[in-house]
Amino acid sequence: MSCSRMEKKILGYVDGRLGESERLEVEKHLAVCAGCRLRVNEFRAVSGLLDELPMIEPSAAFDLRVRARVAAIPVKQSWWAWLMPAPRVAIAAAMLVAAMLWVGTRPGRNQPQIAQDDIPVLENYDVLSNFEPLTELPPPVQADDGGQPQNPQL
Amino acid sequence: MLDVKAGDEQSFTLLLHRYRTPLVNFLYRMVRNREQAEDLAQEVFLRVYRAREDYVPSAKFTTWLFRIATNLALNSVRDTRYQRMEISLDAPVTVDAEEGEGKTPDIAEKHPNIEQHLVEETRKKMIRHAIEKLPEKQRAAVLLHKYQELDYGEIAKILQCSESALKSLLFRAYETLRVELAPLVAQQGNS
Repeated sequence: MSCSRMEKKILGYVDGRLGESERLEVEKHLAVCAGCRLRVNEFRAVSGLLDELPMIEPSAAFDLRVRARVAAIPVKQSWWAWLMPAPRVAIAAAMLVAAMLWVGTRPGRNQPQIAQDDIPVLENYDVLSNFEPLTELPPPVQADDGGQPQNPQL
Repeated sequence: MLDVKAGDEQSFTLLLHRYRTPLVNFLYRMVRNREQAEDLAQEVFLRVYRAREDYVPSAKFTTWLFRIATNLALNSVRDTRYQRMEISLDAPVTVDAEEGEGKTPDIAEKHPNIEQHLVEETRKKMIRHAIEKLPEKQRAAVLLHKYQELDYGEIAKILQCSESALKSLLFRAYETLRVELAPLVAQQGNS
């Protein structure tokens, strides 16, 4: 192993986080490299120095502040949930919608009215449409204009 | 977290109790201001609560939690960087929690050897400042690695980089710390 490859393993070695094979590989290198051996010792010293810093405790009011901030979060409601606190409004709205639907589906007044006198004609429509004499009428006679152009001034 | 998702408020309280101290410490070491760290930690819990219904356990909960915290911390550090530059040199010096605010009168009682106490305080100050001087991403990597003891895979996900890039990042950070803390490192080596 080269010294440059040691860079990524040295801290893991100091912390004891290397696997068995990697640890043996590092130790093999350390046995022949005084520079890396020194660095390992110095990194151990740095790690020991970092341990000297004391931990601080959160202030006594920390939990209360978190709880207060959590309680202040507006409750997320679905579009349906807003109706729940006001059932009367919900019922009124439902009745209004039902009434509108009923009015909308009623037959409209603007539809064309069938006159009372037309009803017998309609009742006999089939008879009239199949009445033979009517189907056998001769074709309409062409008006004889004498082949002369019409003179609107006459 | 799945219980929180199911609406169990008690589980949220358990999460709060379990993670508040590590979160506040991580954020405090990132932003170097206790009040700001607590505000950010509260924001983390708030975001967790808000996102509970959409939570998908695709990764470890701690990965998700510290990813939120790291993003908030990095944004906060970047936002306040310019503000810090504008702070007047005449502004009163604030003593942070680790530096022992209000403890001066008790020093003689608690530390018969004042000189030894001062040496220890100077030492801690040097370590804190060395961490503080690291670039933000390196600092976050060191804090997550050293104090949260997360594995490389988790930290890489939090910092959105490959494991290989993370190992290089950590190596560079430790190199910087080794140089910055050289006098203390030498003492450690001799002891």
